[in-house]
Amino acid sequence: MEVLIITLPLIASIISGFFGKFIGDRNSEIITSLLVSISALFSVIVFYDVIVNQYQENIVIATWINSGSLEVNWSINIDSLSAVMLIVVTSVSALVHIYSIGYMSHDPHKPRFMAYLSLFTFAMLVLVTSDNFIQLFFGWEGVGLCSYFLIGFWFKKDTANKAAIKAFLVNRVGDFGFALGIFLIFYLFGTVNYSEVFEQIPNITDKNLLFLGITFNSVDLICLLLFIGAMGKSAQILLHTWLPDAMEGPTPVSALIHAATMVTAGVFLVVRCSPIYEYSEFVLNIITVIGMSTAFFAASVALVQNDIKKIIAYSTCSQLGYMFFATGVGAYNVAMFHLFTHAFFKALLFLGSGSIIHAFKNEQNINNMGGVWKKLPYTYSLMIIGTLALTGFPFLSGFYSKDAIIEFAYLRGNTTGYYAAGIGIFTAFLTSIYSWRLIFKTFHGNYNNKEIKIDETHESPLVMLIPLVLLSLGAVFAGFLFKELFIGFEGLSNFWRDSIFFLKPLSTDHPPLWFLMLTPILVILSIPLSYYLFIKNKKLPEQIANINQPLYQFLLNKWYFDELYDVLFVKPSKKFGIFLWKFFDLKIIDGFGPDGISNIIKKFSVKANKFQSGYIYQYAFVMLIGFSALLTFLIVK
Amino acid sequence: MMNFPILSSLILLPSIGALFLFFTKGNKKNNFTVKYVALFTSAVNFFLSIYLWILFDQTTSEFQFVEQRIWIKDFINYKVGVDGISILFILLTTFITPLCVISINNSIKERLSEFLIAVLIMESFMIGVFCSLDLVIFYLFFEAGLIPMFLIIGIWGGARRVYSAFKFFLYTLLGSVLMLVAIISIYWLNGTTDIVELYESGIDIKYQNLLWLAFFSSFAVKTPMWPVHTWLPDAHVEAPTAGSVLLAAILLKMAGYGFIRFSLGLFPVASEIFTPLIYTLSVIAIIFTSFIALMQEDMKKLIAYSSVAHMGYVTLGIFTIQQQGIEGSIIQMISHGLVSAALFLCVGVVYDRMHSRLINTYGGIVSIVPKYSILFMVFTLAALGLPGTSGFVGEFLILMGAFKENFLVAVIASIGVIIGAAYMLWLYKRVIFGKLINNDLKQMIDLNKSEVFILSCLAVPTLFFGFYPEPLINTIEVSISDLIDEYNFRLAGRL
Repeated sequence: MEVLIITLPLIASIISGFFGKFIGDRNSEIITSLLVSISALFSVIVFYDVIVNQYQENIVIATWINSGSLEVNWSINIDSLSAVMLIVVTSVSALVHIYSIGYMSHDPHKPRFMAYLSLFTFAMLVLVTSDNFIQLFFGWEGVGLCSYFLIGFWFKKDTANKAAIKAFLVNRVGDFGFALGIFLIFYLFGTVNYSEVFEQIPNITDKNLLFLGITFNSVDLICLLLFIGAMGKSAQILLHTWLPDAMEGPTPVSALIHAATMVTAGVFLVVRCSPIYEYSEFVLNIITVIGMSTAFFAASVALVQNDIKKIIAYSTCSQLGYMFFATGVGAYNVAMFHLFTHAFFKALLFLGSGSIIHAFKNEQNINNMGGVWKKLPYTYSLMIIGTLALTGFPFLSGFYSKDAIIEFAYLRGNTTGYYAAGIGIFTAFLTSIYSWRLIFKTFHGNYNNKEIKIDETHESPLVMLIPLVLLSLGAVFAGFLFKELFIGFEGLSNFWRDSIFFLKPLSTDHPPLWFLMLTPILVILSIPLSYYLFIKNKKLPEQIANINQPLYQFLLNKWYFDELYDVLFVKPSKKFGIFLWKFFDLKIIDGFGPDGISNIIKKFSVKANKFQSGYIYQYAFVMLIGFSALLTFLIVK
Repeated sequence: MMNFPILSSLILLPSIGALFLFFTKGNKKNNFTVKYVALFTSAVNFFLSIYLWILFDQTTSEFQFVEQRIWIKDFINYKVGVDGISILFILLTTFITPLCVISINNSIKERLSEFLIAVLIMESFMIGVFCSLDLVIFYLFFEAGLIPMFLIIGIWGGARRVYSAFKFFLYTLLGSVLMLVAIISIYWLNGTTDIVELYESGIDIKYQNLLWLAFFSSFAVKTPMWPVHTWLPDAHVEAPTAGSVLLAAILLKMAGYGFIRFSLGLFPVASEIFTPLIYTLSVIAIIFTSFIALMQEDMKKLIAYSSVAHMGYVTLGIFTIQQQGIEGSIIQMISHGLVSAALFLCVGVVYDRMHSRLINTYGGIVSIVPKYSILFMVFTLAALGLPGTSGFVGEFLILMGAFKENFLVAVIASIGVIIGAAYMLWLYKRVIFGKLINNDLKQMIDLNKSEVFILSCLAVPTLFFGFYPEPLINTIEVSISDLIDEYNFRLAGRL
């Protein structure tokens, strides 16, 4: 059954990809959706088995690479952690497949789209069920590839192609760190299998490595390198620039890949490697700092963006930051919990925004929307649910997971912990503001679209709404239902067992009551505040923006990261390439090498030519000079 | 059956085919027959080599299928044999050649039978290179291989073909002269040129450095290593498609093979001394040529430069003297043989239709030529080393081996992986995706059956060995681990 979970999406992808033309659009849609749904069903069974029977298994399928001491297998490793990921990946994927039937109904390349989606699901499943780092890397690059295909799905759009390449390359930068991490692991342990590596970690905590004259602690270095990989995939600050651009892809893709599954792979990696990270206080602190910086940065940018998908993309970026700082403070299970709940409400928000875009016939600018909440009642109410869950409105799923992160940061009890908690609360407030801004600007106020009339906007078909409803159930109840299992003090030892490692058990204290109340109060207060800002008194935000023009521009241009990278990396690379080619290769190597030598020989032979003039007196003259030179030489000697 | 001279048959069979072609007067009418004769010969050779692989005993590093005949008494013996290191290269050669023959449907219109003779003769020589067990025989095959390639570029090449052909010939010959001197000195030193005997006796440590440098000068040019790589882009650009395929897929592998067989096998002490030199040149090759590839406007030049970068990984891997490194290098060579061949064919496909190799001629052709786009994508991904393709296995193993030896080298070489992705994806994007601007492209015809066949033949092993490289690794495993043991043993004994 585990094998089927993984292979069904692959089969779906092959059928739809290679035989899509023969079986028709509708059939390939049905087949892919059906097979992925079956896979989701099986995942539920496995998950249930893991909870109830404490099922744990490592199924080796075949040998992959076996070179010297390196042994890598294709395998399916089921434990609590991978079971959670299985559920998230297959269920969201199944819903997105079904949703796509409606969303892509006008697209001429449906089988190809479905094939990519299924292929992505397969790669993601390979990633989460791996029992070694190299299979993980396979899945890691595999999802990156599918993401590349799907971002660039509308291949005629130049922006889409550029975004696709950017996503792949930025991820490659992360993968560069990740690969080095794997090399280092292999160098130190002679193996890349999780269980063997994790066993040996305590033995090498004092081992230092010398690189470029700097001494590194080996555990710190492994953690750092792996984290660079995680930063790329999970779009953390510095390597985040690809995620907003990735919104060029069709919206179901954004929901599946760039919200619920692929981008969480980085978090998954850190949690999976908790037995390593627990020994590196230093890197955990770095993760906390990076995580909270990302959370704050992305939220601040989301405040001023106007593209509906970009707002949600930055929101995803920000929430991933939360997950990372949860792992950074050692609360891996809480990070997983937030990953789990986030998958539902963020997919809901994305698919909901897809429904809006669909209604407005591909309009994405929220300034061109407004006042349609009566026209789109279902989408409206579902978006409200998603927003409430995201902002952490009491008793919805985000409330349980996000607030738990802030609490654990507080309970960590050190400076970074308090700092992180503070930023976390402030960011939660920002999150709430930008989310409600999106809702109010999209659904309330005046109708602002000049191109299509309000009556032309229409509610989405059932095939799109049903997945939304199912996701909204997750967004509402996932937190409440699974709280005990994921982060409950009772469930902790039972559910996660060996899959997450804690060097020191997590604190079981409770933060003071005022602290617990702080976030929910801010979140609730922000609703009327946003209403006032974006509906009642629209002039005010504009005035604020005008007064703080530099700050506004800074945020609007996403802290100028793209421009900075362009100046730092893209342009110099091109110049360097041209220099090496035109100057170094052609002028220096060729100029002094083959061309130079052949020129010299040519000149030389032209000169030599003149020597053979045929005039006797010239020859005689040369002979005479030669003879006298020889004579002089002999006499002098 | 064991007495059947299978290796000699492999060497001779293509030549016999060529001889046959030589006597059938080539003209336009019997082009068809001529092609089938060549195809038949090379296909039979391929099946013969598969048979060889089946018979091959993977559990020993001894030379197998050894044949020995006296050529010049007390001086040169004709001696051939294979071990795990060489057999894969023979397979690669016999696999690529028939595909090459099929591929010349449209590209070669003049003197078809002469062209095929050159291809077949070259196959003979290449197989000879990979299985000769005598330095003189090796040298003969190694140098003779230049001649058909020189002719292919010089006669059937593009506008600047004469310049390129001479550049190619001079560069490679200049290096080889030193190797000849070295081989003669080895004969004077040890009284034999038999490789097996030389392995046993070892070479005097006093002369190793000079001899190593002499061999190196020849191999470095052929690999090609930076900075003696500038002949390769020119040769590729001017060569006809089939010529580029042979050059990239097989000819470049002679040097990598030579490094493993001779530099490591005969001169371990010198190899150890010069390892930093190789590392430096390899890393420079990987980084510099990747940047150069990024800026190319000619598709063939881009792939040619990427070949230099890929071969940089190969030389890096070989001199790690690690099981992973050397195995990675061999897999990388096989993979590069398949992938670069396919990429040159891909360029050939559009060149045959539009007569332009410039990237900016194309763009937005994905919906016009869907089959082409898919296959091109597969090879693009293999070239950038995506897991699941053979390119990944090779590159990853090499870097793993390199990391064990030297952190800095591995780190810098890994940066090449990023740039590699950049130039390949950018190439693909500019050729295949985007808006259709050039209206002539609308008339482009998608791949015909034989093109689909050739490219699929290359795609299948590329993917298969990406997911399951065991057949390759098992074949080379024992030979390489024995080679490394022997190397370290010699090094400890300073022999």
